[in-house]
Amino acid sequence: MKELILGKLSMHALPHEWFTIAGSVSFLLLALTIVVVLTWTKRWKWLWKEWLTSVDPKKIGIMYFIAGGFMLLRGGLDAIMLWLQQALSAGEAHGYLTADHFQQIFTAHGNIMVFFVAMALIFGLINYFVPLQIGARDLASPFLNTLGFWLYIGGVIMVNMFFFLGGEYAATGWLAIAPLSELQFSPGMGVDYWIWSLQIAGIGTTLGAINFIMTILKMRAPGMSLWRMPPFTWGSLCSMIMVVTVFPLLTATLFLLFFDRYFGTHFFTTMGGGDPMMYTNLIWMWGHPEVYILVLPAFGVFSEVVATFSRKRLASYTSNVLGMIGVATFSLSVWLHHFFTMGASADVNAFFGVMTMVIAIPTSVLVFSWIATMYKGRIQFKTPMLWFLGFIGIFAVGGMAGVVLAVPPADFQLHNSLFLVAHFHSNVIGGVLFGIFAALSYWFPKITGVRLNERIGRYAFVAWVVGFCLSFIPMYILGFMGATRRLDHYDSATGWQPLYVLMFIGGLVIAIGVALQIIQIIASFMQRRRLRDTTGDPWDGRSLEWATASPPQAYNFTTIPQVEQRDAFWHMKQQGLPKPAYENIIVPKNTGAGIYISAFAFLASFGFVWEITWLIVASIIGVLAVFVVRTFNDDVEYKLTAEQVRKLEAERKQKDEAEQQRKAPALGIDNSEDMGLRDFTKAAATFGLDVIRNKRWRTWQKQN
Amino acid sequence: MGKNRKKNGWSTAGPILLVLAGLAVLITLLLRDTNVALFNSKGLIADEQQSLMLLTVGIMLILGIPAVCLIYFTAWRYRESNTRPARNPNAGHGKLLNASMWLVPGAIALVLAMILWPATHHLAPQKQIAAEAKPLTIQVVALRWKWLFIYPEQKIATVNYVQVPVGTPVTFELTADEAPMSSFWIPNLGGMLYAMTGHVNRLNLLATVPGDYPGSSAEINGAGFAGMKFTASATSKETFDQWVRDVSLTAKTMDGTEYDKLLKPSENNPSELYSLLENDLYDKVVMKYMGSHEAHTDGAHH
Amino acid sequence: MADMAEAKLTEHEAHYNDRVQFGFWIYLMTDLLMFTVLFAVYAVLRDNTLGGPGGDELFSQPLALTETLILLTSSFTAGLGMIAARRGLKNQVLVWFGITFMLGLAFLSFELKEFAEFIHEGHTMNTNAFLSSFFALVGTHGLHITSGLLWMAITLIFVMRRGLNGPLVRKLTLLSLFWHFLDIVWIFIFSVVYLMALA
Repeated sequence: MKELILGKLSMHALPHEWFTIAGSVSFLLLALTIVVVLTWTKRWKWLWKEWLTSVDPKKIGIMYFIAGGFMLLRGGLDAIMLWLQQALSAGEAHGYLTADHFQQIFTAHGNIMVFFVAMALIFGLINYFVPLQIGARDLASPFLNTLGFWLYIGGVIMVNMFFFLGGEYAATGWLAIAPLSELQFSPGMGVDYWIWSLQIAGIGTTLGAINFIMTILKMRAPGMSLWRMPPFTWGSLCSMIMVVTVFPLLTATLFLLFFDRYFGTHFFTTMGGGDPMMYTNLIWMWGHPEVYILVLPAFGVFSEVVATFSRKRLASYTSNVLGMIGVATFSLSVWLHHFFTMGASADVNAFFGVMTMVIAIPTSVLVFSWIATMYKGRIQFKTPMLWFLGFIGIFAVGGMAGVVLAVPPADFQLHNSLFLVAHFHSNVIGGVLFGIFAALSYWFPKITGVRLNERIGRYAFVAWVVGFCLSFIPMYILGFMGATRRLDHYDSATGWQPLYVLMFIGGLVIAIGVALQIIQIIASFMQRRRLRDTTGDPWDGRSLEWATASPPQAYNFTTIPQVEQRDAFWHMKQQGLPKPAYENIIVPKNTGAGIYISAFAFLASFGFVWEITWLIVASIIGVLAVFVVRTFNDDVEYKLTAEQVRKLEAERKQKDEAEQQRKAPALGIDNSEDMGLRDFTKAAATFGLDVIRNKRWRTWQKQN
Repeated sequence: MGKNRKKNGWSTAGPILLVLAGLAVLITLLLRDTNVALFNSKGLIADEQQSLMLLTVGIMLILGIPAVCLIYFTAWRYRESNTRPARNPNAGHGKLLNASMWLVPGAIALVLAMILWPATHHLAPQKQIAAEAKPLTIQVVALRWKWLFIYPEQKIATVNYVQVPVGTPVTFELTADEAPMSSFWIPNLGGMLYAMTGHVNRLNLLATVPGDYPGSSAEINGAGFAGMKFTASATSKETFDQWVRDVSLTAKTMDGTEYDKLLKPSENNPSELYSLLENDLYDKVVMKYMGSHEAHTDGAHH
Repeated sequence: MADMAEAKLTEHEAHYNDRVQFGFWIYLMTDLLMFTVLFAVYAVLRDNTLGGPGGDELFSQPLALTETLILLTSSFTAGLGMIAARRGLKNQVLVWFGITFMLGLAFLSFELKEFAEFIHEGHTMNTNAFLSSFFALVGTHGLHITSGLLWMAITLIFVMRRGLNGPLVRKLTLLSLFWHFLDIVWIFIFSVVYLMALA
């Protein structure tokens, strides 16, 4: 009877290890804090109406940023834990983590960083900025947009669920290679959590990609041919086409592994005629394009950042775009380079090695187009440009390491070593993450209406690069010394320990960098009167997103702009900006359907993990029911008349002017330049003391 | 703003360059007296792989170093505060420039590909190494979490210890039993190859310098993964022959019962030596995973 | 001004329909890729019967042919239904899609009968890799047919109650695209699974 209701759930599933207790308590405290703040400020309804059920891609974008940022901290904490273990566990010492726990941590670290940080932040950027860049008001399907986001959140919850129930995550590495991930070698529910968190998030990603492709191909402003699109939109288009091409492979493979574990089939088992090597092929057919999916939008961002901060148009636009298309296309033909050592013949290995070399060509073309853009420009080293400079060095090193790995006989010595780990982190951190940081600092004024504090931005950048070097240069060296990845302990005779210690110190420096980035944001808001972006165009930008107010109105543009050239906004500025005009705008209504469907999808997956049949059936029915109700609902939009739009614009102008007049909060610092760390500490202390004495909190509440 | 501007460049680049320099010194010091296995080759294959790696890196740096230097030089030279060089908002375009952007990396890629293709064939692990000495076959079974070595001709078996004669081409026949994919690796002697259930992968190596070398599993295969280490000992032919004779006189025998004991998961197994009682133990292990299809041997071109 | 607003709405609807159809095509391509994986898996694992009977012994050509003809006919009737839908002929839509629904049900019952027989004889998806991949491939197609039938039933109910309006015609268009797509996938299944086993 108990099994019928609870499946495999039991009291034992509740947290009883130090880390599951710590994790559960942390999450619960966080949730409690949010609940308390929302209740005290009476913002529940506001949250639901203005944010959670919103279909505005700008709001969804911000929600992606918040969730992705939070998961970045979670994944970063994983990294610090891993480095600490490895710094300690030489010789007889076995550190503070069991081998199994250590293996779960790096598995979670990889999944979180790829699926729940990088994909989320990139989706946030595409959501917010692609419609603006192409002169559209929204994505093609607002409903799919919110559905995709909440499915992602379902994945976020699922990947953290084991803290509360079950106590174990997959201990197989981030791709759960078979047969290690089969029931024979992973009998617990860890791999099941792995399967379903990725499956839900993956389906959300695929739906999002379909939406983005529809938007870019069908909703561009009149006159914006494909060849007039900004590079970020191009990078996003290439990336999303790759998503719809390869994510179905992941979906199918995850289902097959799920069948093996749940129904006892024999796709990848060692017995019964299964073929584990097939899993390796299938998962990497998805896995390799995935990393290019992540980096192509980042390349697009860098193209825009370099052009804007060199005060020049992007050099060799055509080669740049063809380069991105080339990377996307060729990335589909190199997957075997992840397992040269599995025993394929020399012909097969050599073919894939050569194809991998070929990808280096379009990537180099992109680098050269950036050099050509900087050439004879007037370069300003604002924060986004700093991230570009950090990216190019680190990514180049990682790329060259990649070329070494692409030579099969060399790979036989380097496969699965820390050299490999250093290589891909160079490219993922240097490329994807620095690209995201560049994008966020470039577009921060657009999103918030406030420019970023440049001084602390520089400190953060230096900390990140120094920390990265301290962590990853020793890692390359360890690879040469024969150190394999994923080791929870090692012989002291190897001489590896000092390098592991260096890596751990580097991790701490990176953590300081992250802290500085958070401080940068807070400091910018503290000095927001000084740093306010009143024009909507703080960098003298070239593309259409700068033609809107900062932050943009919900409908982005009062009238859809007519595009006549590449760098549409730059051209508009030369011709003289058009006078504001107003027209009727059709606005999609908010909907909770995305939330409900994702909640049911999460429950169904949870049912699969714990084999609770009634929950599975009920949840699938729930998904279908909400989906039917939503899709057969024809009343999903409302109209804003031109007059209403004009009024909204006037109100906005009034509000902005009133904001300018309001007195700046007395922070006790010199407000003539960007504050440094000393001033920040002073201002934060002043604010803190005020809050304690209860004066400021009430004033702050009144102001808002 | 003016007060800060002059400091900008060096206040950012300075600490980074300082740390890089410090790291270079520190790492050089830390690497003394250590086994940097990939550049400390004691075997024929490792030797050639090392040369190949250095050659690849060298060719890439021909493009890589100038490119990276050019990036930072261009950024520095055309910084806003530097009023000397002429500026041109239309510079950086042109057919020749575009063409070279594709052709130069294309040429480097072509050169690397032309090195890669024959090198991959030459260094294919399945390829028998030509040498004067008579080749030696060692059958390897990856278990949880230890390595079983069977010398079929010499009729001995070992766990977590393998001894080979210097100058003799050795063919390791790799498989696994009740274990996930594992990776057999002796970095001082050569690259790795996967050991998987139901498959026999052949790895050919040849030791050139006598000594004891660390070996490991380089693919995660469960909780005991980090402890799945073994020692590979290269000795003179005489020492090897004597060792074989000694081991075959060992009381401990490797037979079905003993093997079943090994099948049970265990970690950090000490090295053990056995005389071999059951001759077709390895074949039985491989056949265990066969269905109605042929045994999977690797695509070997002998 | 009011006229222009009205014209814009229809133009808006037309653009929306165009986008949704395009997006649905992209979705169909992703579904096709998923099927491709299942086909590839089937091709790799087809001979791993562990000594048990393979497709040549288990499959019935007449059955497969029957299923194929049923599905092809249902595609034809769905096509007729779409012609009626574009002409606004509500009753004809109900008739033709109703027949399509019946044919789809017939197809499913034949397939389920085949599965039941296999399972009864001890050839389950756990028996060996060949059967795992057979059930996965054909079963996934069957699940898609089931979803299509559910979609069809719900849509027809709405057509009955609301009449044929623009959004419903659009939904029927997408549904018929889906149905034709499943028919094409079935042709491949028929060829790769049933015909090639008996060749």
